[in-house]
Amino acid sequence: MKTLEELRKIREKAQQEMKLRSASHRIKVVVGMGTSGIAMGAREVMKVLLQEISQRQLTDVLVTQTGEKGLSSLEPVVDIIEEGKPVVTYGNVTPENARKIVAEHIVNGKVVSDFVVAAENK
Amino acid sequence: MYEEIYIKYSPEQENLISILHDIQDSHPQHYISEEAIREVSEYLRIPVSHIQGVLTFYTMYSTRPRGKYIIRLCESPPCFLAGSEKILAILLRVLGVKLGETTGDGLFTLELCACLGVCGNAPVMMISDTVYGDLNEEKIISIIEKYQGGQA
Amino acid sequence: MSLKHIDVLLCCGSGCVSAGALKIREKLEQVLTENHLQDEVNIIETGCMGPCDYGPVMLIYPEGVFYKHVKVEDVEDMVQEHFIKGRPLQRLMLHEDEGTPLVTKSEIPFYRKQKKVALANCGYIDPEKIGEYIAVGGYEALGKALTEMTPEQVIDVIKRSGLRGRGGGGFPTWLKWQLVNQNPVQPKYIICNGDEGDPGAFMDRSLLEGDPHRVLEGMLIAAYSTGASSGYFYIRAEYPLAIKRIKKAVQDARDLGLLGDDIFGSGFSFTAEVRTGAGAFVCGEETALISSIEGRRGQPNPKPPYPSTFGLWGKPTLVNNVETLANLSAIIQKGPDWFASMGTETSKGTKVFALTGDVKNTGLVEVPMGITLQELIFEVGGGLAAGKKFKAVQLGGPSGGCLTSEHLDTRIDYESLREKGAMMGSGGVIVMDDSNCMVNVAKYFLEFSLEESCGKCTPCRVGLKEMHSILEKITRGEGTIELLNQLEVLGKSIKELSLCGLGQAAPNPVLSTLRYFRSEYEEHILSRSCPSLVCQELLHYHIDKEKCIGCSLCARKCPVQCIFGSREDKYEITQADCVKCGTCQEVCPVGAISRFPGVSADLRQDTAAEFTKLYK
Ligand SMILES: Cc1cc2nc3c(=O)[nH]c(=O)nc-3n(C[C@H](O)[C@H](O)[C@H](O)COP(=O)(O)O)c2cc1C
Ligand code: SF4
Ligand code: SF4
Ligand code: FES
Repeated sequence: MKTLEELRKIREKAQQEMKLRSASHRIKVVVGMGTSGIAMGAREVMKVLLQEISQRQLTDVLVTQTGEKGLSSLEPVVDIIEEGKPVVTYGNVTPENARKIVAEHIVNGKVVSDFVVAAENK
Repeated sequence: MYEEIYIKYSPEQENLISILHDIQDSHPQHYISEEAIREVSEYLRIPVSHIQGVLTFYTMYSTRPRGKYIIRLCESPPCFLAGSEKILAILLRVLGVKLGETTGDGLFTLELCACLGVCGNAPVMMISDTVYGDLNEEKIISIIEKYQGGQA
Repeated sequence: MSLKHIDVLLCCGSGCVSAGALKIREKLEQVLTENHLQDEVNIIETGCMGPCDYGPVMLIYPEGVFYKHVKVEDVEDMVQEHFIKGRPLQRLMLHEDEGTPLVTKSEIPFYRKQKKVALANCGYIDPEKIGEYIAVGGYEALGKALTEMTPEQVIDVIKRSGLRGRGGGGFPTWLKWQLVNQNPVQPKYIICNGDEGDPGAFMDRSLLEGDPHRVLEGMLIAAYSTGASSGYFYIRAEYPLAIKRIKKAVQDARDLGLLGDDIFGSGFSFTAEVRTGAGAFVCGEETALISSIEGRRGQPNPKPPYPSTFGLWGKPTLVNNVETLANLSAIIQKGPDWFASMGTETSKGTKVFALTGDVKNTGLVEVPMGITLQELIFEVGGGLAAGKKFKAVQLGGPSGGCLTSEHLDTRIDYESLREKGAMMGSGGVIVMDDSNCMVNVAKYFLEFSLEESCGKCTPCRVGLKEMHSILEKITRGEGTIELLNQLEVLGKSIKELSLCGLGQAAPNPVLSTLRYFRSEYEEHILSRSCPSLVCQELLHYHIDKEKCIGCSLCARKCPVQCIFGSREDKYEITQADCVKCGTCQEVCPVGAISRFPGVSADLRQDTAAEFTKLYK
């Protein structure tokens, strides 16, 4: 180790690996993982979301899971939570839709209105 | 005979304590024999009497053969206040030995030791390098059985 | 990039490991694999999170959910419910007075009054990964010191921070550094004192296990400031995990070039090694420690000369405690004013304490200096278990003293505690409820010092033995008021005449209990009674015939067969033969047998009769 820059490089890389532990994420993607969600394929949706986000190296996006939300007819359900914006809820999400949501909503900030079931200010 | 250990340490007095630890740890009966003392004395070129002085000063060294597993029960005040005396009585009974003795099957030697620094879970004991906390009779029996079954 | 979206921080401090944390890890790995989640969940083994009493504990991110008392049987549910379905398990959470669950760490009262400086990363990062330490800002302070500051400037920063040694003495850290810095003799050495022998103390162990790089970085900063070119970590052999972790830290730092030649291109070079003790408490004393590193019996030497002039192999040597070193990086990074803003006039910063004994939340805490004992024991520590009354607190282990409920508003700083006859010590806090006999406690602490005395000087070796035998007499009911005075005189002269800190402090537990619990001693002597029902010779067992159902269980279990009676007449103990084993009380199904203070009435008559026979 000859310079501080070297240290900072190691630091940045290591911080990526610890990002789950820090509270700073631009976007939080929450997948409904109730029994009915899982029955309707929520696990697959979650997998696709994780893969897409990881492939696109979207380091400021957090994917997490939540329990039943009482929207069983619309499962699988995915919430996109962004600081200062209304929470957007997508319903009947398929792996195919999930890819679209990542590409358009998360990357480009364009809500994919076709699958939106609710948008509310929290 | 301790070449593997000597490789790690240059022949200097400052390595005496580490070498003695390694010799003791590598012996199946966890002790330092007369012969070992003589060998180390030659390797480090220090008198046998110096080594003996060191051995007797530090409580973790033993010059008597011991069991495969050494049970060290903490006798320091926090564990005492949490009932280590009772635990000792249980261990004495379960193992059927006196303090410092080795069980007939050569498995366990029971010793007391100073604070292990896990007082939040007092009373505690250490078997080899593993610490067991919040001891009670049931726990002790199941731990001992586990070692007797050979799955430590 | 990875698919990981859950970080499981599993506490693998010694406390939690002793409570079974490693089995949880095994099971967790198995269940994750069964559910094909192994690529989505990180398991990170951290150092002590603090509340060891609740072990095994874990934290789950991103939510930061805190789980306690996790059992192998809980793992399946945890994965199914929490990790898959996103429904954290309420039953593993802490509950406020059996009410609402406390989900995250910040909601838990145990953490509320705490301020983590030395422990900042403990329980948050994986101590075996140097990357995680660097990610949270590790080695930045070292970089800053080496590339932007002169050694003298670093010393000045430490001076302004007000940091004092955490190893017990409270010596100003900067002053010691300056002495070594100004010594022209080369080479110079630095030693990290990780001998932590005080019973009831585990701050240093937790730091070494939970954040070894912080201690190493501190050592490097101290070495740069004093001009030391090599250093030793002296860790007691009873801490195998700490030894392993610090060895790995040294190796990893070496691999990255944070140890070795020309660190950060500054021209400063340093090597570090790890040495272990072999079970001798006195080796924590710095001159004894130096003898031990040199491969000799760890006996103290008279001071002066101090290690700063004549230390390891006769060279100038800086000895600092683990926690002292662990404070340095934060002081350099955040500045001396930040550090000095915490604490009191004379004692700055924070202090790590190990809470043990009869307190609800035993474990590791870090609080600003200057909070009161009341806050430490009752707010952070949660007070005593239901139905128990606070009696005393022992600070500073066998070198320290006992304080009582009268002192609960005492501020925790070096001076206030010393004034009251206790001491900061290394940070062991043993809380005692009213079931403890203070004479017995004092005797026990003294026994510890007596066993650990290296025997080099007479006051310590012989004097402590004498004190101990007086205490034995008192607890056996053979004490006199004259002996009590003798105890005091002896204690004071041992303090004065002993060579090292062990002897100088060993009488403290006795002297402080004599000061604050004198009536308890007097009761042992004058009434031959142990009011706390601890000293066996000064209590007796008695069967309440009203409650006794005549089942004869006690009589059958009594090892000396001294209980007689029948179903009709009920049972009675022949006091003269009773060995006070307590078996009868344990086995009585209706709780008819209890302990009572003092020698039983029959015996008192007996001895009185004997006495008259003898002397008439
Ligand atoms: C009997 C005895 C035991 C000691 N044990 C320790 C110990 O375990 N750890 C420690 O850091 N200091 C211990 N000390 C204090 C050391 O001698 C020394 O003052 C300390 O390591 C200096 O570090 P500091 O200035 O950073 O506190 C002990 C002192 C005595 C007299
Ligand atoms: S005071 Fe006690 S421990 Fe210290 S040197 Fe003297 S005999 Fe040894
Ligand atoms: S305390 Fe023990 S010895 Fe005494 S009466 Fe009860 S069982 Fe017997
Ligand atoms: S060891 Fe886990 S909380 Fe202390």
